[in-house]
Amino acid sequence: MIYFVEHFPVLVVVISILSAITILIAGWIHRKTAWFISMATLLGQFIASLFILRHVLTVGTIRYRLGGWVPPWGIEYVMDALNAYILVILLFLALVCVIYSKKNIEHELPQKVVSFYTVYQLLITGLCGITVTGDIFNMYVFIEITSLSAYTLIASRGKIALKASFTYLVLGSIGACFFLLGIGFLYAVTGSLNMHDLSILLPPFYKNRVVMAGFAFIIVGLSIKMALFPLHTWLPDAHAFAPAEISAMLSGIIIEVSSYAFIRVAFSVFTVHFLKLLPIFDILCWVAGVAIIAGSVLAITQVNLKRMLAYSSVANMGYIMLAVGLSTSVMEAPWNGLTPALMHILNHALMKGCLFLAAGAFIYKADLWLIKDFRGLGKRMPYTSAAFVLAAISMIGVPPSVGFVSKLYIILAAIEAKKIIFVAVLLLSSLLNLVYFWRVIETMYMKRAEGGDPSHSTLISKDEAPFWMLAPILTLASLCIVMGVLWLAKIPMPILDQVNSLFGLSKMP
Amino acid sequence: MEWFVAKVFAKYNYWVFIILMMIGLYGIIAKNNLIKKIIGLNIFQTAIFLYFISLGAVKGGTAPIVSEEMIQKGYVYVNPLPHVLILTAIVVSVATTAVALSLVIRMHHEYGSIEESDIIEKSKDQGMT
Repeated sequence: MIYFVEHFPVLVVVISILSAITILIAGWIHRKTAWFISMATLLGQFIASLFILRHVLTVGTIRYRLGGWVPPWGIEYVMDALNAYILVILLFLALVCVIYSKKNIEHELPQKVVSFYTVYQLLITGLCGITVTGDIFNMYVFIEITSLSAYTLIASRGKIALKASFTYLVLGSIGACFFLLGIGFLYAVTGSLNMHDLSILLPPFYKNRVVMAGFAFIIVGLSIKMALFPLHTWLPDAHAFAPAEISAMLSGIIIEVSSYAFIRVAFSVFTVHFLKLLPIFDILCWVAGVAIIAGSVLAITQVNLKRMLAYSSVANMGYIMLAVGLSTSVMEAPWNGLTPALMHILNHALMKGCLFLAAGAFIYKADLWLIKDFRGLGKRMPYTSAAFVLAAISMIGVPPSVGFVSKLYIILAAIEAKKIIFVAVLLLSSLLNLVYFWRVIETMYMKRAEGGDPSHSTLISKDEAPFWMLAPILTLASLCIVMGVLWLAKIPMPILDQVNSLFGLSKMP
Repeated sequence: MEWFVAKVFAKYNYWVFIILMMIGLYGIIAKNNLIKKIIGLNIFQTAIFLYFISLGAVKGGTAPIVSEEMIQKGYVYVNPLPHVLILTAIVVSVATTAVALSLVIRMHHEYGSIEESDIIEKSKDQGMT
C-alpha cells in the first residue's frame, strides 16, 4: 500500500528549489512577494515534515526511489526516525527565521531582498537534501549546496563579512574535499555509494587500511563543517558578521546538520561494531571535552555579543559531540545511546536561535554590537531582553529549561560510562557559561545608562522591536522552557528510542 | 630497487594525486594573495578528481558502450561511474571558484587590495573584532 506521505521526502526538496526560482522571477516583478513565497513554502515544508515524522513513527521507514531506479544503482531517499526528527527541527527554525527576517532584511539589506530569499531557499534545499538522502555522494552534493549558499549569505552585509566568508569558503571547501576523498576510498573498496548497501558490503573490510583512512577523512571533513574545536577557526567571524537570521541558522542548524551527517555516516554506513573496533569515540570524547572548555573560555574574552555567542556555539558543538562519543558505551535507559546528543541538537537550536535573534534585534533597534554598550537595555527593550535572559539562563542550565535537561542527561551518561572527568568538564563549563552570560545580563539590567544618576535611567523610553521580530524571539524563548518540561515528562522520547533501536544502541533487541 | 618500482611506479597515479594535493594545500596555507589561495584550492580539488578518475580506469578498456558483439570479442570497459561523479564534483568546484572570485572582487572594491595581510590590517581599523 502506497501512502501519499511517502512522496513527501522528495517533495520537501523539490518544492524548495522551485520556490527559489519562483522568488527570483516574482521578485523581479514585485519585490514584496519574495517574503510571502518564501514563508508559504517553508510553512508547507514544515507541515510536510510533521506528516513524515508521524508516518515514520506509526508505519515505519520511508524509502523513496528517485526516478524509479532500484538502489544501489539509483539514488534513494530514506526517512527514518533520526532524519525525520532532524527535518522537523530544521524546518521549524528556518520558518521562525524567515518570519523574523521580514523587517530585519528590509532594514539590513534593502537592495538585496529578492536575492536574499532566493539564496535562503537554496540553503534550505541543501539542508533538507542532506537530511533526507540515503546516498552518500548525494549527501556530498547537498553539503556543497548548503555551504555555497551559506558563503553568499554570510557575505551579504559586505565589508568585514567578506573576509569572514572567504575564510569559511576556503576551510569549508577543504572539509568537503576531505569528505569526497573519504567517499572515494569507500567506493574503491566496495563499489557502492548507497548508505544501506555500504553498511552491508563494508563489514568484511573493517580491518582494511583504506576503509579506516576513508573514515578518518570523513570525520575530519565533517568536523571542519561542524566547527569542532580546533577546526572552528572560521566560525566566530562568520557567525558574528552575518545578518541575524543567518547567524541563527548557522549556529542552530547548519553546523548541527553537519553533526547529523556525522552521526548518519558513523552509525548507518559504518556500524556500532566498527566504532567499537577502534578507539575513535574515546578520542572524540576528549576532543569534545577540550572544545567545551576552550569554547567557553574564549567566549568570556569577547567584547562583541555575537562573537561571544559564536564561541558559545563552539562549546555547544562540544556537548553534542561528547554525547555522541559516549553513545556507544551507554545502554541504560533513558539516557542511552544517542538520546542526549539528539536532545541537545534540538535544545541548542532553540536556545542559540533565540539568543542570535535577540542580538539581531538589539542591532536592528540601536546598532548595538558591543556588550559594554548594553547599559539600560533592560528598560529600553524589555521583551527582547527578557527573552534573551530566558535563553541565557537556559544555556547556563537552570531547571526546568532545555539546557538543564540536556546537561543532566549528558552527565548521567558520563557517569554510567565511568568517565567522571567529563562530569567535571560539564560542571565547569556551566560555571563558565554563568560567567559570560551574567556579564551581559548585568550590563543590561543593573548598570545605569549613560549619564550615571539613578533618576535618569527611569527616563529611558521604551523602544521595542517590531512585532514581526518580537514574535519569533518570544516563541523561541518560551519554547526553551516548554520543551524542557516536555523532555522531563519524557513526551518526545519514543522518537529517540526508535533511533537507538535502529542503530542497536538500546538494551532491548 | 624492485620493491621501489613495485611500490612507486606501479601505483604512480596515487602518488601523483597525493603530491598534487599537497601542492594545493601548500598554496592555500602559504600564499598571501587571495587569488593564489583560490588557485591552490583548485589544485587541491583537481587532485581528488584525478584520484576518482584513475579509480575507474581499466587497462586496455574502451568506452563503456555495452553491446553483445563487443563482449564476445573480449573487450573490457572502463568504469563510467567515477567519471559521472566527478562531472558533478567539477560543477561544484566551478561554483565554489565563482563565489570565491566574486568575494575577492568585492574585497578589492572595499579594501583596494587582494593581499590577505593588508585586508586584515585594514579591517582592524573598522573595529568589531
